[in-house]
Amino acid sequence: MKKTAFAAVAIVATALSSTAFAACEWKPERPVTLIVPWGAGGTTDLNSRQMATLLQQHFGVPFNVVNRTGGNGVTGHTAISQSRPDGYTIGAASVEINTMHWFGLTPLTYTDITPIALINQPAASVLVAKDSEFQTIGQILDHARANPGELTASGTSLGGIWHLALAGMLNAEGLDPQAIRWVPSQGSASALQELLAGGVDMVTPSLDEGKALIDAGEVRAVSYMSDKPSEFAPDVPLTATELESGWTLAAYTTISGPADLPEEITCSYEAAIQDIVASPEWAAFRQSLGAPVVWGDAAQLSALMTSYDESLGGTIKAIGMAKEQ
Amino acid sequence: MDILISLSDPALLLTIVVCTLYGSLIGALPGLSATMAVALLVPFTFYMDPVQAITAIVATTSTAIFAGDISGALLRIPGTPASAAYVADSATIAHNGRPRTVLFVDLFTSAAGGIIGVIVLSLATPMLARFATNFSSYEMFWLAALGLSCAVFVAGASPPKTFASLFIGLAIACVGIDVAVGMPRYTFGFYDLFDGVDFISAMIGFFALTELFRAAVERDGIGKAVLPTVVEPVRRAIADGWKISCAHWKHVLRSSPVGVIIGVLPGAGSDVAAWVTYALSRKLSKTPEKYGNGHMEGIIDAGSSNNAAVAGAWTPALVFGIPGDSVTAIAIGVLMMKGLAPGPDIFERSGDVVYTLFGAFLLSNVIMVFTGGIAILLASQLLRMPRRLLMPLILGLSLIGGFAVMNSVFSIWIIIALGVLGYLMILGGIPIAPAILGVVLGKTLEQNFMTSMIKSQGEFLPFFSRDISMVLGVATILIWGLCLLQGVRTIISPGPASKNEENPT
Repeated sequence: MKKTAFAAVAIVATALSSTAFAACEWKPERPVTLIVPWGAGGTTDLNSRQMATLLQQHFGVPFNVVNRTGGNGVTGHTAISQSRPDGYTIGAASVEINTMHWFGLTPLTYTDITPIALINQPAASVLVAKDSEFQTIGQILDHARANPGELTASGTSLGGIWHLALAGMLNAEGLDPQAIRWVPSQGSASALQELLAGGVDMVTPSLDEGKALIDAGEVRAVSYMSDKPSEFAPDVPLTATELESGWTLAAYTTISGPADLPEEITCSYEAAIQDIVASPEWAAFRQSLGAPVVWGDAAQLSALMTSYDESLGGTIKAIGMAKEQ
Repeated sequence: MDILISLSDPALLLTIVVCTLYGSLIGALPGLSATMAVALLVPFTFYMDPVQAITAIVATTSTAIFAGDISGALLRIPGTPASAAYVADSATIAHNGRPRTVLFVDLFTSAAGGIIGVIVLSLATPMLARFATNFSSYEMFWLAALGLSCAVFVAGASPPKTFASLFIGLAIACVGIDVAVGMPRYTFGFYDLFDGVDFISAMIGFFALTELFRAAVERDGIGKAVLPTVVEPVRRAIADGWKISCAHWKHVLRSSPVGVIIGVLPGAGSDVAAWVTYALSRKLSKTPEKYGNGHMEGIIDAGSSNNAAVAGAWTPALVFGIPGDSVTAIAIGVLMMKGLAPGPDIFERSGDVVYTLFGAFLLSNVIMVFTGGIAILLASQLLRMPRRLLMPLILGLSLIGGFAVMNSVFSIWIIIALGVLGYLMILGGIPIAPAILGVVLGKTLEQNFMTSMIKSQGEFLPFFSRDISMVLGVATILIWGLCLLQGVRTIISPGPASKNEENPT
């Protein structure tokens, strides 16, 4: 009996290597919890809720979104990592899984979760008020080089991903990462408010977060930290071509599972999410957010997390915020 | 014309009726806030058309803010933070045998405040939004400082006890990662404390649990001293409520615009509006000594302004995509998903939708009078329930509400700890309301102060260098100075303290 079971496993294993679909038969039979480490109404939350709705249609069982906020994302990511790896708890892990351990906030790293799929990757931008003297990213960097500490920027908390976007760019261009002073804010919305009120010289959130104000002519997008032009603002110059270092930075949102999620469950979710991301409903939803459809499978996501961890770690060390855990 | 047709759509009317009922339910349950009601609504809005989706959010918020008063009056436990400012007044009136009257007064003035809010919104949205964009961290710092000063005017207790309470609240607001340097404070290594103590947990702990402890300790007839026992007939309650509301139309008319403006400002919503108008009302009143002991005036002023603020918060959201409070933060996401990107040209681009939205806002406030009335009648039946059944029920609901804040058992421990603290404060005669204000505004105050200091590189002068910040700063310092002067004068010559006439805005 034991021998036949072993043989069956062996057959499955060979089948897996030839056609991935053979082992992707797992299906949830009761409600699934989708943990979101950030608050209701934010970008991560909106994408996760839409994904949950479509997963629900796909599998025919309820997918409940639970916002486990707190601790700059530590609480939610820890909850995802430590859930039972039975496929009934998955989560929307985000780029902070690559930063928070460098700050010494938690021992948790990207190796403690199982990547399933990449669903969003918004690149940072440099936005200035409509009456700002700066027209190009080059002018801003020259000014910062000549007058370190004079200019201010905002976009998120100290050490948040948009702060790393700015500090990393300064570092890559050979400037002191503090040559433009970071003014912490509670999020992109309050940073944009500061920019409008004349409180800071620039903000560096993702381009889509500034979309309403760019369309309104209240702020100007000086630069887009990507190597591909944005769909809704294709004229915004790219840092990849404008800057010598070719600096780019994007945050990301994933669907990930707990540590040690079995391969069968992972690939079943991966296939389902791939179908959903290719669907017209998802395309229409992304369009409404002003963001392109993004897709990366588990292997690509895993590689992405590994490379982000190294590069963001380098930036965090360069700005002197790294702490031993 | 088109707008009228789309407003009379039965599906839309049904949405409003259902959502006002839903809003009353969530709002009346202690600890379930308007924000949570809207967050729970989001998945349903996926299946609605844009107007219906926004209408659902608007109708739910308006009623939830009103319904927070129901449990405030009947159980002395505010259902939402916006009701905390005047809970002592409404509970005292209810306790004196007129729970339905005070709730109907509340309902009528809330609806009136909401309607005034919509009118201001439809007339002046672009202008108000432009005004709001002038508020940087300097202005917000002074605004938070002014808001905290309200604690002194609101509380009926002696100044030392009021300040003690306020500082307890501010100390609680210190818990968590600070926004300026990212340093965890007083977290004792618990990740769950990194985001600090949520003000909803604080409210449930301070009000609900404290009230339950009090009821449990007062042995003879559990909670007799706390809950109203007499309920007046419905017809008289409605008639009296209407009469009282009409007699105080001036209060509604002066407080609602203040509520709208506070709602418009970033980061300040209906809770701050209620505090500020209550403090103003007390300051301007001929009978300030009655406040806190069951006075209608404060309830009317604060009750109408918190509903007006609901409308105000939509202004910066619609025009600049910047949320005025946590509800509109969620609403912006829904707007974008429905292809209604916020922007100054939203009136030209999607004028029909926006004006239908205002129409729906108006309609929600009218329909709220009926559904809210039903909620009052149903809720006041609760009082007939034996206390020994009601109290555990409230405890259960409070703990569920607490759990829902972070979806974690940890928040239940926070609530229990704060409940014990609140009960000790009551034993010591320290009022609870200022502590709540400290929790609500403490973080805003600190964040804006630190942000300003980082921007100015440690200079104090920039706090006064901008037009609005100078006016707000000078006004705040003047009010503090006059309060100190008054205090010194009472010490030097004991006797009736002279009244000062200035007001904070």
